[in-house]
Amino acid sequence: MLQKLADNYVSAAAVILFGIGFTTLLLNKNLVRKIIGFSFMDSAMFLFLAAQGYIEGGKAPILDPDQLTARTTFINPVPAGLVLTGIVVSVSVTALMLALTVRLYRRYHSLDIDEICRLAGKEES
Amino acid sequence: MSNRFRVLRAFFTESESPLDTDQIRTLTGSVPDNRPGDADMLVTHENNIRWSGRNLDNRFEKSKKRITAVYRVFSVLAAVMIIAVLLFTVTDLPSFGGVEKPTQNEVQQRYLEKGLEEGGATNLVANMILDYRAFDTLGESNVLFMAVCTVILLLRISQGDTDRRLREENDDRHFEPKNDLILQTGARVLVPVIQLFGIYVILNGHLGPGGGFSGGAIMGAGLILYLSAFGFARTERFFTFRTFKTVSFTALSFYALSKAYSFFTGANHLPSVITTGTPGAILSAGLILPLNIAVGLVVCCTMYAFYTLFRKGDM
Amino acid sequence: MNLFLLLLLLILIFNAIAVVLTKNLLATCLIFMAQSTVMVLVWILLESPDLAITEAAVGAGVSSLLMFITLKKIHVIDEEAGKGGGNHNE
Repeated sequence: MLQKLADNYVSAAAVILFGIGFTTLLLNKNLVRKIIGFSFMDSAMFLFLAAQGYIEGGKAPILDPDQLTARTTFINPVPAGLVLTGIVVSVSVTALMLALTVRLYRRYHSLDIDEICRLAGKEES
Repeated sequence: MSNRFRVLRAFFTESESPLDTDQIRTLTGSVPDNRPGDADMLVTHENNIRWSGRNLDNRFEKSKKRITAVYRVFSVLAAVMIIAVLLFTVTDLPSFGGVEKPTQNEVQQRYLEKGLEEGGATNLVANMILDYRAFDTLGESNVLFMAVCTVILLLRISQGDTDRRLREENDDRHFEPKNDLILQTGARVLVPVIQLFGIYVILNGHLGPGGGFSGGAIMGAGLILYLSAFGFARTERFFTFRTFKTVSFTALSFYALSKAYSFFTGANHLPSVITTGTPGAILSAGLILPLNIAVGLVVCCTMYAFYTLFRKGDM
Repeated sequence: MNLFLLLLLLILIFNAIAVVLTKNLLATCLIFMAQSTVMVLVWILLESPDLAITEAAVGAGVSSLLMFITLKKIHVIDEEAGKGGGNHNE
């Protein structure tokens, strides 16, 4: 089994990165660290997707206009397109979460999630 | 919710200070009275407050530490279990770099073989995302647009709120030294080069790596550098909120309408006026070049809008 | 088994562990920026130049910039005291 993990070392590293990002989400109380952990999980997923598209000996899928009939093996372009979309969506979500953090800080003057819940609970009761 | 539930919640989430009469009144909605049955959460009268407060204090500390320790142990355990289960799944995947995978199917073969004659771009990935799967890219541009609209909702200071606006400006000025000589000299050299490079990446998106997203982000970064070096007064001469609204809306509508024309003629097998041209030329690949320009403009405006909304609260 | 790719993946995992253990908030954002930069190299080794350019411009550029400006807005970076960042532990 260890041999199979060593064969798929990129996917294994992506999965470990995902797990560590998830741990950061759970263990830290600071909001900015939670956002960074979230972004690590995103990166891990892109790594996993792009590793599925790699072919040994394949080249980047860009044709040379002088040698259009040359037969080269290309990597799979479909996961690359998906990851391109994903990177842009990831930066949008990060920006939105950071805007929410700024508003929360302005209201409650704290970055600690427990503190914010406590203050919000006290306010509503 | 009932009084007892509210007091229990305060017990678990309250800080280390003991409850006094005012807090109890606001929590339970009633003045404490002589009821011996309610353990030591409600105090009876003034003499007992200090005694129950000290007891309460120890119990707060101990239970809080215990809950935190248990939570941490369980979260590390959950993370280790997730990693173990996923690693076990990874051993069943086909090996990295192999050819006999389920993802190598006829869809990919079609994109690689017929991509040049049906789309016309030599960059096969750009061909795929802007010709075969253009609808996905429209959805992605929409996600960017929605994100920036939401950030405007959250962070923009309205026009009538002048004291908040002045406070933000003073805050901003406190942290930035304006008229920094090194930054301005560097920006005078770098900003034209960055913008030119961004335009080059957008225009050559169908011939080499790059495309709308990366070129747009590079142009946005150039605008941010200009803003940081020269301040808001000079940047607002050519980029206001109205510019942002006009450019984003026009670019997205152009994308939607032109691709709708392409869908319409393709679905009904009608000949369309858009040709693919000779591969390798700048003006080739049908609609891919205009769509790249549209996406690049949206991304540039979005990146700049994020920065300036965070910094000043207005554009 | 590409040794360089393996080394880069180990650096990524090390960055992720460092984010959990660092006390200073400014250092955490710098680690985030470094992770985006290492990802650019990984995309090049996986033969996708489009992804590399996009990650360089968006991840190591704009996204990290937004993090720093959020830190400025929540008063973590303190100018009068002359010290940088991070009195928010945990």
